[in-house]
Amino acid sequence: MNFTLRVWRQKDASDPGRMVDHRADGIIPDMSFLEMLDVVNQKLIEKGEEPIAFDHDCREGICGCCGAVVNGTAHGPLPATTLCQLYMRHFRDGDVITIEPWRAKAFPVLRDLCVDRGALDRIMYAGGYITVRTGSAAEANAIPIPKPIADRAMDAAACIGCGACVAACPNASPMLFLSAKVSQYALLPQGQPERELRVKKMVAVAEASGFGACSVHAECEGVCPKNIKLTFISKLNRELIRAHLKS
Amino acid sequence: MAELDSKIPEGPIAEKWDKHRFNLKLINPANKRKYRVIVVGSGLAGASAAASLAELGFQVACFCYQDSARRAHSIAAQGGINAAKNYQNDGDSIYRLFYDTVKGGDFRAREANVYRLAQVSNNIMDQCVAQGVPFAREYGGCLDNRSFGGAQVSRTFYARGQTGQQLLLGAYSALCCQIGRGAVKMYPRHEMLDLVVIDGQARGIIARDMVSGAITRHVADAVAIGTGGYSNVFYLSTNAKGCNATAIWRAHVRGAYFANPCYTQIHPTCIPVTGEHQSKLTLMSESLRNDGRIWVPLAKEESRAPGKIPESERDYYLERKYPSFGNLAPRDISSRAAKQVCDEGRGIGKSKQGVYLDFADALKRLGRPVIEERYGNLFQMYEEITAEDPYHVPMRIFPAPHYTMGGLWVDYNLMSNLPGLHVIGEANFSDHGANRLGASALMQGLADGYFVLPYTIGDYLARAGICKAGTDHEAFKEAEEAVRGRLKKLLGKKEGKRSVDSFHRELGRLMWNGCGMGRTEASLKGALEKLPKLREAFWEEVKVPGDADHLNQELEKAGRVADLLELAELMCVDALDRSESCGGHFREESQTPDGEALRDDEHFCHVSAWEHAGAGKAPVLHKEPLKFDYVHLQTRSYK
Ligand SMILES: Cc1cc2nc3c(=O)[nH]c(=O)nc-3n(C[C@H](O)[C@H](O)[C@H](O)COP(=O)(O)OP(=O)(O)OC[C@H]3O[C@@H](n4cnc5c(N)ncnc54)[C@H](O)[C@@H]3O)c2cc1C
Ligand code: FES
Repeated sequence: MNFTLRVWRQKDASDPGRMVDHRADGIIPDMSFLEMLDVVNQKLIEKGEEPIAFDHDCREGICGCCGAVVNGTAHGPLPATTLCQLYMRHFRDGDVITIEPWRAKAFPVLRDLCVDRGALDRIMYAGGYITVRTGSAAEANAIPIPKPIADRAMDAAACIGCGACVAACPNASPMLFLSAKVSQYALLPQGQPERELRVKKMVAVAEASGFGACSVHAECEGVCPKNIKLTFISKLNRELIRAHLKS
Repeated sequence: MAELDSKIPEGPIAEKWDKHRFNLKLINPANKRKYRVIVVGSGLAGASAAASLAELGFQVACFCYQDSARRAHSIAAQGGINAAKNYQNDGDSIYRLFYDTVKGGDFRAREANVYRLAQVSNNIMDQCVAQGVPFAREYGGCLDNRSFGGAQVSRTFYARGQTGQQLLLGAYSALCCQIGRGAVKMYPRHEMLDLVVIDGQARGIIARDMVSGAITRHVADAVAIGTGGYSNVFYLSTNAKGCNATAIWRAHVRGAYFANPCYTQIHPTCIPVTGEHQSKLTLMSESLRNDGRIWVPLAKEESRAPGKIPESERDYYLERKYPSFGNLAPRDISSRAAKQVCDEGRGIGKSKQGVYLDFADALKRLGRPVIEERYGNLFQMYEEITAEDPYHVPMRIFPAPHYTMGGLWVDYNLMSNLPGLHVIGEANFSDHGANRLGASALMQGLADGYFVLPYTIGDYLARAGICKAGTDHEAFKEAEEAVRGRLKKLLGKKEGKRSVDSFHRELGRLMWNGCGMGRTEASLKGALEKLPKLREAFWEEVKVPGDADHLNQELEKAGRVADLLELAELMCVDALDRSESCGGHFREESQTPDGEALRDDEHFCHVSAWEHAGAGKAPVLHKEPLKFDYVHLQTRSYK
């Protein structure tokens, strides 16, 4: 298969950046999207040009490193799939494929397709945890947790923090990410003591980090590689109201 | 250089750790905050250590190469974590977990370390549950278990097929809490490129900010390295693309001994290689062997589709050869068995390098919803990668490099022979001997980070005191210059003809053929002849575009491959020296008549710890004898 790639190239944060065309020739349908980029990069290196920088690590859809907006959609055309798990058999021979980095004020571009997602970590530093000193935990089976609740907490915990939700949102809101973490802990008995404080602190940092607010466009749900559901955002909103009412 | 003293405490095995903890020196709470500890790595080992040390009051700096601590490679672990809780009432105990691990490691691990690991396994579960890790549960609300290879009890805890992810997010959350408090300073996208040793003690690191390219000096009173394993020496492995040996290799060059580098684990259940383009191999969790049955056709050159091959013409070779463990035979044994049937010409798939992992019986017995619940995401991932639906056709699997039992030598306190340098998680050599059992790496990483290092490092700090030197010390200057020199050299061959990847691929092939699943004197000698030439060619011809002052992923890769090229040689030296077979180290010359690994306890019942003697010089071997007072040396049998 042969493709024309229209790729965002930007040397560093100070470079304005531009779209550049690259050829991707001799691609095999069984290659992943990132393996296709590897092929293109090898050609660029041979020519003495700098390869396209993109974040990736596990290439198994679990670390959340990878991600780009492909033909206008975060992580590309397949639902519930990270870019590294997208295979070229889902494209048509001869396609022009546009590839851009996550776009959001809170995610400055570092180089080409690499962005700084540190703002998501900062939200977590503010309250994305249950405070429990190492060694102070009770026996693991001391608190039985009904299976449906444990399962629902796991649904929320599956978030890989890739940032696609922010990239897809017209407001660049991180609410799907944030709601997943808040919901996981709010559902579990272990999360109760800090329940109100946690949601308030995390939301406050999100607001201060240059992210937008959620106006329920639901774009995030459509691109989430881990199928995190919008209902968690409703839960987040309820948690926030609850927290304010309680204080 | 310090003598190899494993510092195993005296006394009965069940009391060693307790006694030792009592004998460790303490630092009073007000003084703890004066001590600085560098933790390199934010995987299960690094994140749990950094968080726990900060809780104790130490000033901690934590480094990782990913853009967030949450993305360390531990995230990819699928199957589960062991603990001796005996919730299944099936006869498990601390002693049994200890026994299984020593036996599983083919009697090449330290008994005292393994016993401690089994002891703290239960604390780990308590800790993780308290952090909100959403483990799988039964309807009554209690924790659920599954079985893993090499054990006849169900002691593996799991969170769907994402156990590593959930445990790492738990450790990361503890780390976040401490970062939020200002007790840990986090350095993401920073790569450790050298260790700084002052007066024989590890006192800091040199790191590169991977965005700006800035080379920075970091001083501390102790350093802990938890940078994971080196399976990427094989190029194709189940590890993440960034996994590397740079931190441990640089520490080795600075004086830390490298133990058992030849102990590598080839995991039996991975998706087979399909072509040259492939950039990594994907693991299909061992947990699948709870319900999947492994087979190949009885006949060579079988061309029928799997569904068309009748039962009587199939060879469920693990069930046949190891009736008591069946499909749950340990990894080294299962991998070799797969290789054997493929070598006999009975492999499946286009390349004939594969075997079937079949769920047809389980689907019949349990129904699709149960299978979906247990393995849904793995089945989905398999289908996405291969375009085949494992609910209808058996999976095709083949062994792939996965884990490295070797690593930097550490004593019972997890300190290397270099005072002040501690090594945790997969990066050290300690607990798995010559073969790691499934679901034991997560356990070990968290044991090291939550429950061992926080005690033992305090003892070291109390004795060694605060480092008086600053980052202006001569040793920092020298290390920084060495780093800058290496980067410059890597960038120097703009007219070079070959990319980093082409060298990495070649290295991988060379190691797979020379020092892979089966090793012979000839294959190892061949590899040892080729490696120096490959390394030379690398430094002559590697083409790294760009400069060191920007984000430059080719430069990062080049540095890692340069170090892997050196480590590869040490692996072969070690594999050649150890002319016995044990666990994952299979010397074809040393096998029983039925093809099992044949140990030579008379000559090799020791840890091989290698000292770096300088560039171009043969490494020096130090032996730590292993004593088995509780689990007596015996031929490992899973029949
Ligand atoms: C696909 C897969 C599945 C697995 N499944 C299981 C399982 O089910 N059960 C089980 O028990 N084990 C499993 N394992 C093994 C287990 O996941 C690992 O052994 C374990 O997670 C390693 O943890 P770690 O903390 O030692 O290192 P890692 O998690 O690899 O972390 C290494 C850290 O070091 C950092 N780092 C590396 N080099 C540098 C450097 N030079 N400078 C700065 N930072 C650096 C990285 O950024 C990262 O933060 C699996 C492994 C793989 C590959
Ligand atoms: S590279 Fe890890 S999720 Fe894609």
